[in-house]
Amino acid sequence: MSQLPILPILVPMLAAAMILLVERRGIAWQRAVSWTAMGILLACAIALVARAHHGEVMVYLLGDWPARLGIALMVDRVNALMVLTTALLASASLLYACAGWDRRALHFHALFQLQLAGLNGAFLTGDLFNLFVFFEVLLIASYGLLLSGGRGLRMRAGMHYVVFNIVASTLFLIALGLLYGMTGTLNMADMALRIAAADAQDVALIRAASGILLVVFCAKAALLPLYLWLPETYSRAPAAVVALFTVMTKVGVYAVLRVYSLVFGEGTGELAGWAWAWLLPAGLVTLVLASLGVLAARTLRGGVAYLVIASAATLFVAFSLNTPATVGAGLYYLVHSTFVTAALFLVVDLVRRQRGASGDRLDVAAPLGSKTLLGLMFLVAAVSVAGLPPLSGFIGKITLLAAVPAAHTAWVWSIVLLTSLMALVALSRMGSQAFWRAQPVPDGEGAAPAPKRLEVAAALLLLGYGVALALAAAPVLRYTLAAGEQVLAPASYIEQVRATQPLRRAPSP
Amino acid sequence: MMEFALASAIGALTAGGVYLLLRARSFDVILGLTLLSYATNLLIFSAGRLAVGKPPVLLEGVETTLANYTDPLPQALVLTAIVIAFAMTAVTIVVAMRSRADNRSDHVDAREPEADA
Repeated sequence: MSQLPILPILVPMLAAAMILLVERRGIAWQRAVSWTAMGILLACAIALVARAHHGEVMVYLLGDWPARLGIALMVDRVNALMVLTTALLASASLLYACAGWDRRALHFHALFQLQLAGLNGAFLTGDLFNLFVFFEVLLIASYGLLLSGGRGLRMRAGMHYVVFNIVASTLFLIALGLLYGMTGTLNMADMALRIAAADAQDVALIRAASGILLVVFCAKAALLPLYLWLPETYSRAPAAVVALFTVMTKVGVYAVLRVYSLVFGEGTGELAGWAWAWLLPAGLVTLVLASLGVLAARTLRGGVAYLVIASAATLFVAFSLNTPATVGAGLYYLVHSTFVTAALFLVVDLVRRQRGASGDRLDVAAPLGSKTLLGLMFLVAAVSVAGLPPLSGFIGKITLLAAVPAAHTAWVWSIVLLTSLMALVALSRMGSQAFWRAQPVPDGEGAAPAPKRLEVAAALLLLGYGVALALAAAPVLRYTLAAGEQVLAPASYIEQVRATQPLRRAPSP
Repeated sequence: MMEFALASAIGALTAGGVYLLLRARSFDVILGLTLLSYATNLLIFSAGRLAVGKPPVLLEGVETTLANYTDPLPQALVLTAIVIAFAMTAVTIVVAMRSRADNRSDHVDAREPEADA
């Protein structure tokens, strides 16, 4: 059995512990350990994608217990892609933090690595309770990242975020308790089989439990009406952290895709795919409201936060149509939107600091240093996020629209196209207010120092990912379409989990 | 009877927890979260079915069937849930105290409503 699937969880966890040990030796040591772990993680993620690329499902039995008794990790095309996306995003975010934020926030590097361990664990696990545990790991690390070095109103936003997430976790536990009581297992593949064989009288309770589970995932993914926590939290978070947080809403989206295509997927009788019928209208309404939010935003960061919600809503629309082509297009859009919204957060943070006292408020015209460079970066990111050709947003959206089944074309096309227009208007307004109406920079003391090279490099790196996604669109789309087919055909995966036997342990009766 | 008592306890704890959660003071909210986590722990515990006097670990010389034992997994799950809820309560208290110190109010919106001001 290859040990590869456990490495993306172990490496950051070990690095976090080591960073705590070397913390008193100074920031250089912490950065060295952090970057070493990041490099290993990137190599592991690439190796995982290379393995999963051929359609092989890897199942890793923790502690060599059979999957129905112990915890199983699994790797297929979808979660290998998610791990790689996280690793790429995290390296840009780490680069941005190394420009100076990591000195000001206590334990930044340790918390950052723990967050990565939680994210990778949530992507790789094949066990529902383990999914809960990794959700908690990534949430605890995110509280620390969000709040360390913060004061005043950031604490208020943090309080709301923490309480909201704890309530969601409680609901998660309630759903797990009910599901375990009804099916007697927590392994996703096993649970799918038990649900398929469930008594008719139990189906109603199982449906209720899976509904609670859906609420939890939608709260993490900021779907209507559970998105109110996101704009306030994200617009007050430090830039390097919020760039990494853009993948956190995607964890919720991924969990919905995984659980409702595997545990409640085809072959589970009455419950097969019941969630998709609810998620499609919810996704469309969220898309409209989030785009209105972008239009109405009073700060640059608030606007970008609403763009994050809009991208998660687009993903819900893509996944709830539930055909291999739409899911494949959705996965491409997921990777694109993660990178581009993170890039926007970084660019907007650079702009905010160049504008001096006016910050990122949109109702005032302020002087802006380094106008050309920041303007160009904002332009590239805005074109991409609005879905204009020739960048990755356009490719993602057009593939998605082309894949929409005929029965849903009218609604989905009109809403997706309309909200793209709204985002375009809002982004043009942001751009003209921040860059075209910028007043001349006063000479001497009033001017902010030029953006640091590392920070610009981090933003450029994220934009570069987007351009690379557009240039390599054919192979990436081929991969995501194959992933869409794989995730919607859970039978082979369930077979693989059942066929994987412990190596050293005698099979139990 | 035992089922009725446990279900009533879960219901009462949940009701109290939700009521406290909806109040406007950080302290009440934290107490509400604690009550909710107790309710959840009892619920998970009951997922293994209620039994009196049956051990969750194997004993020498006792036949290994469910007639003699109770399901050990929910007890392990409850243990995990207790630890996590405990840690989360600590985090919330720290955040709430910091927010109160910084914003001079323990209202969840970090400012007193207009009527009081």
